[in-house]
Amino acid sequence: MDFVTQHPVLVVSLIKIAIALFVVMTALAYLTWFERKVVARIQSRWGPYWVGPHGLLQPLADGIKFLFKEDVIPPAADKVTYLLAPFLALALALTTLALIPIGPATISILGQPTQLVISHSPVGLILLFAISSIGVYGVALAGWSSNSKYPLLGGLRSSAQMISYEVSLTLSVVGVLLIAGSLDFYNIVGGQSGHWWHFLPKWHVFPQFLGFICYLTAAIAETNRVPFDLPEAETELVAGFHTEYSSFKFAMFFMAEYGNMITVSCLATLLFLGGWLSPFPETGAWRWQLYLPAAGLIIGGIALIIGGLRSVQWNAKAVFPVLGIICIGVGYLCTWQSVMPVIQGPFWFIAKVFFLLFFYVWARGTLPRFRYDQLMAFGWKFLLPLALINLVGTSLVEVLRLPR
Amino acid sequence: MSVAMLVFFACGVMAVLGAIGLILAREPVHSALSLVLVMVALAVLYLLLGAAFIAAIQILVYAGAVMVLFIFVIMLLNAGVEVRTNLSRLARWVGIPLAIVFLVEMAYAMSREYGARTAMAAGGAAAGPVPASTQALSMKLFTEFVLPFELTSILILIAILGALVLAKKEA
Amino acid sequence: MVPISYYIILSAVLFGLGVVGFVFKRNIITIFMSIELMLNAVNLAFVAFSREFNQLDGMIFVFFVIVVAAAEAAVGLAIIMVVARNRKSLNVEDVNLLKF
Repeated sequence: MDFVTQHPVLVVSLIKIAIALFVVMTALAYLTWFERKVVARIQSRWGPYWVGPHGLLQPLADGIKFLFKEDVIPPAADKVTYLLAPFLALALALTTLALIPIGPATISILGQPTQLVISHSPVGLILLFAISSIGVYGVALAGWSSNSKYPLLGGLRSSAQMISYEVSLTLSVVGVLLIAGSLDFYNIVGGQSGHWWHFLPKWHVFPQFLGFICYLTAAIAETNRVPFDLPEAETELVAGFHTEYSSFKFAMFFMAEYGNMITVSCLATLLFLGGWLSPFPETGAWRWQLYLPAAGLIIGGIALIIGGLRSVQWNAKAVFPVLGIICIGVGYLCTWQSVMPVIQGPFWFIAKVFFLLFFYVWARGTLPRFRYDQLMAFGWKFLLPLALINLVGTSLVEVLRLPR
Repeated sequence: MSVAMLVFFACGVMAVLGAIGLILAREPVHSALSLVLVMVALAVLYLLLGAAFIAAIQILVYAGAVMVLFIFVIMLLNAGVEVRTNLSRLARWVGIPLAIVFLVEMAYAMSREYGARTAMAAGGAAAGPVPASTQALSMKLFTEFVLPFELTSILILIAILGALVLAKKEA
Repeated sequence: MVPISYYIILSAVLFGLGVVGFVFKRNIITIFMSIELMLNAVNLAFVAFSREFNQLDGMIFVFFVIVVAAAEAAVGLAIIMVVARNRKSLNVEDVNLLKF
């Protein structure tokens, strides 16, 4: 007990880490379900349907399957590196999330001033890039240590791709940094508050539209997703760098990929889409926007109840109304005066991240895969010059705007 | 023992073990990984010294770019296990004595360093603490050191061209 | 606070290990890595002194060292690729045409 009172920061951080880990792991699991459902809808299919109502327990079933599969270590593999690679990939993907704030700096929960971030750093952005830049080791080492042809080719491809696109990714962000003048996430988001002409939010996505496009494209390539998923192009390379991985080690690569998706979406939200800021002005006439989270939850709850009762699956009939009632209850909770201001930031943040994740899945359902030389040519000959033009233009405007 | 001391010793041991691993490993990839360990440990030490920006750059450039390039080349060349041979005559008769001289010199300098250090540190502390913020760093970089900064950009350009010319297959 | 001499000793040990690696390793790539290790050791000393004397110049120098090391790695690895292509080996003892 003495230790707890002596190190309040440590204890609070540990609690935050536990909560964040739980939330992120659940989000990762349901992101796979969400992706399969959306892609299925795009392709006129049903997607997962049988494990639980509308396949809601599918992620759990997948997890159990991964846990109980035989864990094969190829005899020719380089043991230490082979075991290290998936841990490295997953750990780094999760570590980056520690730097991402999801709400304003001054917020009080139960009367205590709290920051909605695990670790606040004045050089947060560059630290985040630093951690995610080591992520390439997981992929490269997995490819090399498997001691097999296809993984090696996949690992080589992916490390080349990740290094190439990291350049464009970093350069596309520099424009935002020039405008914000800080590497601190709180300052970057704080600089985006307010509105132009009373309706257009001062988000960086509007002056930095080119940068935003570059960032999104490079981010998809950086996370090895369709249409840039050449490292794991199954038709050419079996499964790319994780061909020789089985059981839970394969699942770790899978989780790392989805974790990286969440990270880059969060980063895009913070840098370009105004983070936790609401898109509406905060003047008196717009006070109704404070009730939006509650309204969303209540409407969602009602839709769940109706949808559940009309469903032909008996388990959906039983489960969905209960979920709907829980949603309505939480929605009612959000109208309380003590809860409402706390919930605003995270609500908008999560809504924007969710939109970006949907965009990711949408791109996957729509676009065909690039060829490898096309991918490299696109990255170096189109995306990089575009990011450079954006950088030069932004710095020119910023210099002209300087006070003389 | 304070927390700073604990962190220092943990990272110091990690760095030294990494450096020893770099020398002892026969597989080039293992050597590269050991070096990455050293670099990460040093980045933590930079954080301990209050140089957050340098720490981030260390990881971003060294661990994230330079070492990935090393591993990439090792994979590309399919570098196998290192062949160990005996020391060359030059290393035996010149290298080892020189290494011993170097070590003795360093130990001597360090044992002498204490007195000089306290005198100099007193002068430095009197000037007041300078925060190693990114802003202060960049102010210095873009005013006092702007010429070297621009020169490095030329250096990088030349390095890119050189690497391209060297790596290009002869037509 | 950790005394600066601890940092300098660590830096010296790392530099010494770098020298040992440079002399004893036979693979060109690992020899190159030993050079990087030495540069890192020097960087540590720079940052430690910069902190001790409350001057940022040391950190600026580290910045330049990192940039130069990156450029050096690009050119050096390109040279290694050419050597490996021409001599079909990564052992330094096979690259002895300039030996007298």
